[in-house]
Amino acid sequence: MNRKKFEETKPEAEEGNTLAESIAMDQHDSTHGHPALQHHFENMEQQREAGTIGIWVFLVTEIMFFGGMFFAYTLYRSQYPMEFASASNHLDLTMGTINTAVLILSSFTMALGVYSAQVGKQRNLVISLALTIFLGLVFLGIKAVEYHEKYVDHLIPGRLFPGNPFDPSGIHPLPGANPQKMEMFYWIYFAMTGMHAIHMIIGVGLLSVIMYFAARGRYGPEYHSPVEVSGLYWHFVDIIWIFLFPLLYLLGRHFQH
Amino acid sequence: MRAIETFQAPAPAKLNYLNAEYGIKSWLLTKDHKRIGLLYLGSVTFFFFLGGVYAMLIRLELLTPQGDLLSSTTYNKVFTQHGIMMIFFFLIPAIPASLGNFLVPMMIGAKDLAFPRINLLSWYIFIVGGLITIYALLAGGVDTGWTFYPPYSTTSSNSYVVATGVGIFISGFSSILTGLNFIVTVHTMRAPGMTWFRLPLFIWSHYATALIMILGTPVVAITILLLAFERLTNVGIFNPATGGDPVLFQHLFWFYSHPAVYIMILPGMGIISELIANFSRKNIFGYSFVAFSSLAIAVFGFLVWGHHMFVSGQSVYAGMVFSFLSFAVAIPSAVKVFNWTATLYKGSISYDTPMLYALGFIGLFTIGGMTGLFLATLAVDVHVHDTYFIVAHFHYIMVGGTLLAYLGGLHYWWPKISGRMYPEGWGRFSALVVFVGFNLTFLPQFVAGYLGMPRRYHAYPPEFQVFNVLSSAGASILGFGLLIPLIYLVWSMRYGRRAEPNPWHLPGLEWRTPSPPPTENFLATPIVTWEAYEFAPPEETEVVGVLRSDKNLEDADRPIDGEP
Amino acid sequence: MQSWLPFMPESASTIAPKVDALYFYLSGVTLFFTFLIAGVLTFFVIKYRRRTPFEIPRPVAGSHKLETIWSVIPFLIAMSIFAWGAQVYFEQVRPAANTNEIYVVGKQWMWKLQHSTGQREINELHVPVGRKIKLIMTSEDVIHSFYVPAFRIKSDVLPGRYLSIWFEATKPGTYHLFCAEYCGMNHSGMIGSVIVMEPTEFDNWLSGNANQQAPAVAGQQLYESLGCVSCHGAKGEGGRGPALAGLFGRTVFLNNGQTLVADESYVRESIENPQAKLVNGFGPIMPTFQGQVTPDQLIQIMAFIKSLQTPNAQPTAPAAPGATGSAVPGTNSAPSPTQNIR
Repeated sequence: MNRKKFEETKPEAEEGNTLAESIAMDQHDSTHGHPALQHHFENMEQQREAGTIGIWVFLVTEIMFFGGMFFAYTLYRSQYPMEFASASNHLDLTMGTINTAVLILSSFTMALGVYSAQVGKQRNLVISLALTIFLGLVFLGIKAVEYHEKYVDHLIPGRLFPGNPFDPSGIHPLPGANPQKMEMFYWIYFAMTGMHAIHMIIGVGLLSVIMYFAARGRYGPEYHSPVEVSGLYWHFVDIIWIFLFPLLYLLGRHFQH
Repeated sequence: MRAIETFQAPAPAKLNYLNAEYGIKSWLLTKDHKRIGLLYLGSVTFFFFLGGVYAMLIRLELLTPQGDLLSSTTYNKVFTQHGIMMIFFFLIPAIPASLGNFLVPMMIGAKDLAFPRINLLSWYIFIVGGLITIYALLAGGVDTGWTFYPPYSTTSSNSYVVATGVGIFISGFSSILTGLNFIVTVHTMRAPGMTWFRLPLFIWSHYATALIMILGTPVVAITILLLAFERLTNVGIFNPATGGDPVLFQHLFWFYSHPAVYIMILPGMGIISELIANFSRKNIFGYSFVAFSSLAIAVFGFLVWGHHMFVSGQSVYAGMVFSFLSFAVAIPSAVKVFNWTATLYKGSISYDTPMLYALGFIGLFTIGGMTGLFLATLAVDVHVHDTYFIVAHFHYIMVGGTLLAYLGGLHYWWPKISGRMYPEGWGRFSALVVFVGFNLTFLPQFVAGYLGMPRRYHAYPPEFQVFNVLSSAGASILGFGLLIPLIYLVWSMRYGRRAEPNPWHLPGLEWRTPSPPPTENFLATPIVTWEAYEFAPPEETEVVGVLRSDKNLEDADRPIDGEP
Repeated sequence: MQSWLPFMPESASTIAPKVDALYFYLSGVTLFFTFLIAGVLTFFVIKYRRRTPFEIPRPVAGSHKLETIWSVIPFLIAMSIFAWGAQVYFEQVRPAANTNEIYVVGKQWMWKLQHSTGQREINELHVPVGRKIKLIMTSEDVIHSFYVPAFRIKSDVLPGRYLSIWFEATKPGTYHLFCAEYCGMNHSGMIGSVIVMEPTEFDNWLSGNANQQAPAVAGQQLYESLGCVSCHGAKGEGGRGPALAGLFGRTVFLNNGQTLVADESYVRESIENPQAKLVNGFGPIMPTFQGQVTPDQLIQIMAFIKSLQTPNAQPTAPAAPGATGSAVPGTNSAPSPTQNIR
């Protein structure tokens, strides 16, 4: 390129071609690649790299998103330790533990799915995705049961249900705990688990779409980055729960006895 | 002196991104980053003039000390809406989402952003957020100030805080998605030969902006969501009645909203780097310093939020640390200003409209930045915090900085965007009017602020009237100056002279393709063999006179043709 | 002070000239750099204007040396401003000894003030020249900010917390009092005036308004009527509850092993939520008084407790309320931004 001439870059052998033809040629060129290659990428390698960096950047924003709530949690936990411990002890540890196991299992099936896509085992891929979605739904179901229990116990904070105001009298208060401040725990509990549940719902929806395409044979060894990307998202949502579970359910248990 | 040698007559492209497809649907479903950039351009212009109407109402009201034009409730809503519209729906998206969207792929030689569908989605998200906010405004408005400080925002009775909060929350995601797209695009889609240190500085500053967008925006999103939720439930983590802490909100809010200032100004700095280098036909002085100062600003920007809270009851020592860091973040900005000025040295400086805006930017940004030091200084901030001094300061940064850069960039790339030239005479005239009007509006506010006039006052003691009258007079000039470009730019889309592919004779990639560009930007994937702003071969480089002892002695001493 | 200068606010406190001196320094630096940049810019723009349409100037290499110079010099100037600003600020927030305390309660949209001798005022504050005045401030509803431009002082006023600032007026006159933190509909109407008087005049004013009950006296009545007496003793000597005489500024040992220095926020919490921080050796037997005492009454009770200071209590540490007032190194270390908030 002659650096002194700032004219437009001209492709070779362009004489007589209209622009539309050259664009068409360009698109024709790209069909040499995989059919899933989008027009603006040069090759599959670039496309896959973009997807991978993209999901990691997205997960960073998610960490910051939950980070604000974790910060608030840390602040108030240190400010009202006994209140948080009393309220936390009232959560259903069994259901929480089952849910944790369910999610860990779902992460495993998800990883199996990604592996199956990589090695091109389409049947296994669909089965793994179906299992993952099923486990995700189990988690959400158990969560719904827990929420309902809280509703029955009058532990929904604030005036969301005007007929059912927050009433901490059902909680066994540890020494030094001010029942009025337990509302704060439940507020944070619902904010954090609720936000997590919304992410689970989005994840289930995402995996359903992936499963639909997987069943139609869209993914194989050359092209499976949507599976990988959704897998990373799913693992991330699981990891958030791995933090939420001890912070909300376990911390302060030793005060119980 | 070397001269640009040849200019090939532009081969007028029959098909470009504007006429490749027709119809509303082809625009609303487009995945072309250029068209999405134009969608953003139209939307932010709308929000800008909406915010401008509110600004005019504020200035009208403040003409007299009594507060007789608007009721106090209306006035409070008006300044709140002005802030929300201008910050969340104009300043934050203005440059990155319109010009950035249009130019980031073109400047790095890519066909599009990495995720075109996400790009379109971000525009829809932005529009939905904007519509919800406008709904809140029509339904009754918000009177909390754009900062939404609780407990006022969670208890104030006559206010659509929830709807507005949801609107801002949603529009925040558009900013996150734009940032994500930029980062991935710059990492993966640079043309062959476009190394990191050949990137135009516009790209560096957008990369830094994108970092802030993805790291900061989610924090304010969750904060505002929690605030809205708190208002619904009437209890929560910011409410002192339930044991919450209203100052926690301020921390979380400013953790984003201070870096958000850099979301607003960094892209503007990128534009100015382009304008200064290109309109003086010089390589930028200290490319790597300018590039890294963008990143330094992005990083330091996250550490200084506490300087908004010197009088809010945070600890003295926290105040000192934040004050110190605030001074530290001023240095990269100062380096940029000095390097821009040094770039002009021995250049070939044109007086085209974009350059006038760039020169105005440097002057106003210097004042804005220097007055920022007053606010970082603990003892002085105690006095001027929440007065008109602060109002003047941030308008110098955001209007004198971001808006001027935006207008400069818009004129600069207008031939590429629209394929038409704007009328140069009108352009220069409006740049002058904007500059004069702006200074007349905001210089008096510094004085009023130090005299002690608090901000957000609907009525004020009569001794401040003279400054407010000056300010209102300036605002009307400024408003007039901003209407002129709106009119002639729209006019030029149809009647302007057709633009050449490279009307300014510049080396950047975006100028090496027809105006307006084809849908995939380039006729063939470009291969980059030159440095950024390489007007002349690097072997002719001169070493600055005062320091010429280091190297290239004989080269620097050689007489230069055409030197006066 | 600088009355001959235009555009300067009235300067009527001991701190004001110090802030102004810093302001002049900053203005000087700002003007210098603005004119420097603008001057060099103008010079270059004229000297190196484009003379022929297609000329290309020679590139100029960047210079790390120059860049280092113009990074380091601004940094040094910035540090000088920082150090000076921090020093004046430190003086501003350091709790002064021998202060007259005045209690300030902000509410939408008025300032309620009460002198320690009992005089109540609304949106007006009378103070004498040459005496240190300490304001102990809280809010009944939303965040306000107490701002007297002529004194160059400002502090937010938070609900549920006590912040304090001090000043010493130097010049008789009437000065603006503003609310500087946006607080709702009538925010711009939440203004008042500070009336600075000669000490003798002030004493006359005080005695002319002496019919009001001193907060400490009212606090004693509350102390008795709310039944605090039964556990804490009539003179705060203690009993089933911890002793209260000399409490403010004293280090308190809690039953969870932590210690704290008693201040207004701690006392308020102990009244409203007694179980939160139990003093070592005492059981959780005190009922909560949340909702039974107003912020005004809380202040009265605190004034009474303060009046119980034993004469031989160490005089060094006056109450260190909240953050702004507690800057003495080595005493109550200032709470982290979010620590002592409730």
